[in-house]
Amino acid sequence: MIPPTLLAMSLIIFVVMHNTPGSPLQPEGANPLSPEDLKNLAAAWGLDRPLHEQYVNFLVKAVQLDFGYSYSYRTSKVTEIIGRTFPVSLHLGTMALLFAVVVGMTLGILAAINQNGPIDYFCTFTAMLGVATPNFVLAVILIIVFVMLLPVIPRTGGWDQPVDWILPTITLGLGPMAIIARYTRSSMVDVIRSDYVRTARAKGLTEGRVILVHVLKNALIPPVTILGPLFAAVGTGSPFVELIFRVPGMGRFFVQSLLARDYPMIMAVFLLFGAFVVIMNLVVDLVYGFLDPRIRYD
Amino acid sequence: MQLFEADPRARLERALAVPTTPEEELEWVPTRRASLWGDALRRLIRNRLAMFGLAVILFFSFLAIFAPLLAPHDYAEQFWDHIAEYPSWQFPLGTDLNGRDMLSRMIYGARVSMTVGLVAQFIVVLIGVPIGAIAGYYGGKVDTAIMRLVDIMYAFPTLLFVILIMTMLGKGLFNIFIAIGLVGWVTLSRLVRAQILSLREKDFVKAARTMGASGGRIILRHLLPNALTPIIVAVTFGIPQAIFTEAALSFIGVGINPPTPSWGQMVGEYQQYIRSYWHMSLFPALAIGLLMLAFTFFGDGLRDALDPRMNE
Repeated sequence: MIPPTLLAMSLIIFVVMHNTPGSPLQPEGANPLSPEDLKNLAAAWGLDRPLHEQYVNFLVKAVQLDFGYSYSYRTSKVTEIIGRTFPVSLHLGTMALLFAVVVGMTLGILAAINQNGPIDYFCTFTAMLGVATPNFVLAVILIIVFVMLLPVIPRTGGWDQPVDWILPTITLGLGPMAIIARYTRSSMVDVIRSDYVRTARAKGLTEGRVILVHVLKNALIPPVTILGPLFAAVGTGSPFVELIFRVPGMGRFFVQSLLARDYPMIMAVFLLFGAFVVIMNLVVDLVYGFLDPRIRYD
Repeated sequence: MQLFEADPRARLERALAVPTTPEEELEWVPTRRASLWGDALRRLIRNRLAMFGLAVILFFSFLAIFAPLLAPHDYAEQFWDHIAEYPSWQFPLGTDLNGRDMLSRMIYGARVSMTVGLVAQFIVVLIGVPIGAIAGYYGGKVDTAIMRLVDIMYAFPTLLFVILIMTMLGKGLFNIFIAIGLVGWVTLSRLVRAQILSLREKDFVKAARTMGASGGRIILRHLLPNALTPIIVAVTFGIPQAIFTEAALSFIGVGINPPTPSWGQMVGEYQQYIRSYWHMSLFPALAIGLLMLAFTFFGDGLRDALDPRMNE
């Protein structure tokens, strides 16, 4: 499933990029080039050939993971830029997702155990806030509260010290956290009502043992399935978080390359992202099958 | 026999009275009339969070419609001797770096957000519902082709793809509609397809087909009305998504054309100066958050009201 999806993605992006007004040769705000220079530049980048030929050339090189030189950072190869910035984004994304899973599952479990109690309402409300608030809105509020009003965190911007990681992680992780909390709660509630839990209670087990040994094992399976899409959510959100907190990751570069019509960068980032999402979905599917033996893949 | 009592109390008493004679039973049954929409409306009104959401939505709609009357200044008017001021009596929300009144810009900003939310969602419905219905009803190769496309679209990072489309199309409200429409139909058409699939083998559809109804007529008159509630819920949840998308696009500078005020654009432009001028990015950020939250609350309430099975 991965190669055809990526192939189709690259084709759609290629068509969208090349069939819209504007050209990477003459980005907005740049010094105008002479017609001769434009021609040379187009030849150097292979933009003077027919479109189908350009696409085939791109494919042949992309299979060898060669995306050529970036149009806006002309001395660096696309793979170099991504190699430098992707680890930072991956680091941020992983921390955000870890935060989301740990806090989200805890909140969901607490809410389900104290159904319709104050803790439940608190968790539900937090989850709703997290789902409905865009991360750049959250970033602004977090900065104002934790950096300016109560100066817990000394500064924003940069990625040098662990202090710098806190706010971006929370900002990026809160949305996925809310989704995980909701899923965990509803799946916990389902399991708590099931017959075998009633049996466990009937045979006199303590509530703690029922929850820890019998409920959790089955209730935590469904939330695993949404981890795939959540990887995507974290990835899409990161450009905004990286912009606000000035994290030197891939997302920030990506927005700049989009604005500059940096074709090789755009292609590479989209394909990397697509591959990531598809692979993560696959991994999640496999893990799911492993966790729940009732599901079998032929 | 009087079917409908004018006085609600009499109607209630009649509804609660236990029938004893056959005549009474005849009268009793129709007074208990409970339509899907009436019940749903009652459940919705009882939901406090949903009503809070609705109130906020109505408030922002009011601001959007009457912006020229409510705003103290024009959104582009510049006060050169009041640049980057903090909130004061003269400018309740302060002024921005160009000396424009933040309050007026916020009020006009509601226009962009509300318009995008509603119009973009309308376009999404126009694209998504027919595609989903056709895939679901006709099945076979059409279905396979459409669903393959949907699968591919799902692998796209949606927001990034919208940004890509916007950078290619250029700024502007109309282009935002196009971009959101091109990307947003996927989820809706998936939902419509699933609904149609589950309905199309039902007896009433077979009956319609036997009587010679055409495919289009069956879809429009028989299938879609029965799939209406999930569609309505999905559309309600789509509105905050569209509002978010516009804000995100304007945030990174590819959305609305300045000087038209957009909340997202304000947050994006002024977040760099947040340590010095907190008011410039805080107020629009709160407005975006509040409006999205309101639509989410309302959507949640609507879903619970329309689908009582969701409530245990």
